[in-house]
Amino acid sequence: MNSFTIALRSIKQRMLSSTLTMISMALGVTLVVGVLAIFGIVQQSFNANATLGYNMVMGAKGGKLQLVLNSVYYLSEPIENIPYEYFLEFKPQDIREQEYSGSYSYKAVKHQQVARTTLLTSTFGVQSPLAAVAALASDTALQSQTDTLYPWKRSGKFAAFTDFAIPLCLGDYVGPYRVVGTTPDMFHLLRHGSTAEKTYEMQGNGRNIEQFSEDHGYFEAVIGSTVARDRNLSVGDTINPSHGSAEGDQHATKFTVVGILKPTGTPNDRAVFINMEGFYRMSDHAKPLENEDQFGTDQQADKIMDAHYVLPVEKREVTALLVRMDPLYSVGIENQVNEGNVAQAVFPIIEIRRLLDFFVSPVKTLLVVLTVLICFVSGVSILVSIYNSMNERRSEIAVLRALGASRRVVYFIVLMESMILSLMGGILGFISGHGLIAVCSGIIESHTGVQVGFFDLAPPMPLPIPILEAISSEFLIIPGLILLAILVGIIPASSAYKTDVSKSLGK
Amino acid sequence: MLKIRDLKKSFAQPDGGRLDILDIPEFNVDEGEQVVLIGRSGGGKTTLLHSIAGINSIDSGTIGFYNQNLQAFSEPMRDRFRANNMGYVFQTFNLLPAFTALENVQLGMAFATGKQDSHYAVELLQRVGLVDRLNHKPEQMSVGEQQRVAVARALANRPRLLLADEPTANIDPANQQGIVDLIKESCADFGIALILVTHTMDVAEQFERIDRLEDINLLAGENFASDVAADEGGVLSE
Repeated sequence: MNSFTIALRSIKQRMLSSTLTMISMALGVTLVVGVLAIFGIVQQSFNANATLGYNMVMGAKGGKLQLVLNSVYYLSEPIENIPYEYFLEFKPQDIREQEYSGSYSYKAVKHQQVARTTLLTSTFGVQSPLAAVAALASDTALQSQTDTLYPWKRSGKFAAFTDFAIPLCLGDYVGPYRVVGTTPDMFHLLRHGSTAEKTYEMQGNGRNIEQFSEDHGYFEAVIGSTVARDRNLSVGDTINPSHGSAEGDQHATKFTVVGILKPTGTPNDRAVFINMEGFYRMSDHAKPLENEDQFGTDQQADKIMDAHYVLPVEKREVTALLVRMDPLYSVGIENQVNEGNVAQAVFPIIEIRRLLDFFVSPVKTLLVVLTVLICFVSGVSILVSIYNSMNERRSEIAVLRALGASRRVVYFIVLMESMILSLMGGILGFISGHGLIAVCSGIIESHTGVQVGFFDLAPPMPLPIPILEAISSEFLIIPGLILLAILVGIIPASSAYKTDVSKSLGK
Repeated sequence: MLKIRDLKKSFAQPDGGRLDILDIPEFNVDEGEQVVLIGRSGGGKTTLLHSIAGINSIDSGTIGFYNQNLQAFSEPMRDRFRANNMGYVFQTFNLLPAFTALENVQLGMAFATGKQDSHYAVELLQRVGLVDRLNHKPEQMSVGEQQRVAVARALANRPRLLLADEPTANIDPANQQGIVDLIKESCADFGIALILVTHTMDVAEQFERIDRLEDINLLAGENFASDVAADEGGVLSE
């Protein structure tokens, strides 16, 4: 028999009152756990993709945060598009030449070369040495000219510093989920995880999209795990993106699902990835040009669907680029891009941190303060419960004193009652809070991409105390509850301490 | 063993004055001796027992227990001394309702120095005839049984002095003798000194030494009404 047992029995003796008090405390702690967990999820959701294997996002000029929200999280509306040529500035010369080979400018130059050769031949004759010399001289001059002027003759100006640049074309939806036109590099080169150490893997027999496949041409799609579950899609199914919004007109073009991503806890779980070439080939997706007809009839549906047809660079745009480059050069390149008038470059981590610091963190602090106040009110209910019981318990305390318990012992017993009620309520609240999170895990994952379970704890508080940076903020609840229990237990404990034994004992 | 000299005790009154309750020039109890205190209701008997137990502090005088002056002790020391050396049987039993019979006896051991001996607690309940009621709570027992548990609890720390304040007053006549026998025999068997307060001459006459409080306490005959108030907690209600 010790003080703890005595305190516990006293609580048991007043079962109804004690239970109600504990429930009151449990509700408070449930709220605290809920708030901490929700904001932990928000933070995790933002952080998960911010640390992925790219450090810069480029897109049309406009709001930096908007660019990050729509390119990293697929939220909000895209600002505008940037020319495809900007994407090619991150590519080496050989790829650029290959990409430009279908462009109108490339064709125009080739056309000029052919016309000049024809002119020389007709002037000097086919076999004329003069014609050959003139043609050679002309080609040499032209060659030196094209080397400096024509974009396919040089490497992209950022290519030397770039590990990769992945284009994103946004604008379509499958249900509520964003369609992202991109290249196979999206899942070949990108990594995810807290240190960007994990590769994207497909479920079952799925695979990544291909640049062009024999089976489906340019019309392949990889879908995120949430999309697959929510839309009941599997490999082999087809999807028709709708234009502009979830309620927009559906494109006639069908994309075949060739892979379903394993859950990653990133926004990619909630997106549909299609081949960028297929994206351009959907109606109204290729950029219309002025005087286009002088180069041919590229907008004809049968031509655009031809597998051998290369859509001219001039008719291509991208919404954003996910770029990984050497951090040593990234600041300089960011400046260079932002000083130009075509695009803007942002560091997503900085934007996300700014958003968290200026918006999410204050809201979190406010809610935590509110819920702590709720806990305090629950604590006061413990005070009231114990204090009200003091009158009827005074004779019991007097008996304990008569049996030899000192004032300090009865003080401690009452304080311990307060702590037991508080901690048991806290544990109950902890369990119910996490139970609630576990029950809502499906909804949370589908809305945020963050997978949470019963045992997942809120992240540490950003406090400048080393040990607190290493442990979940939920562990602060325990000392908090003990402190609260001591605070509210002091008054009834003092009352017990002052009990007049002789007066309360009776005979 | 117990030597009281010039003990004076008074209580504060609401008007700021003091009400004298006890004035005992001398009172002694030898080791293992069994003493019955009789006197009119409100004669200061309970106040005397509380003072001996150290529950009350006294105004002056000495309470010697094996040559230790209890009044020299601090309150926590008196509490510990009481737990180790004295057992107390109350008129109203004062068992804790949340605890079983066994636990109530163990509770008697909880505040004393030394190991809590559960086997001894069972032995005591066996001695008082309640071995089959170990896990019963007070509300599940008769008043006679409750007082037996209270006696067992008072014996739990192998005390050297047992204070019994009208232990049979709330017991039905059929069980009174059983309680008296239990207390008397237990004290005799364990060599415990006993101070038993009673109003009942039938009970008192079973003991060799009977002290009238009026003979011990110089104030006992003077202030009957005041004594009632003092016994009810030291506040004058009239």
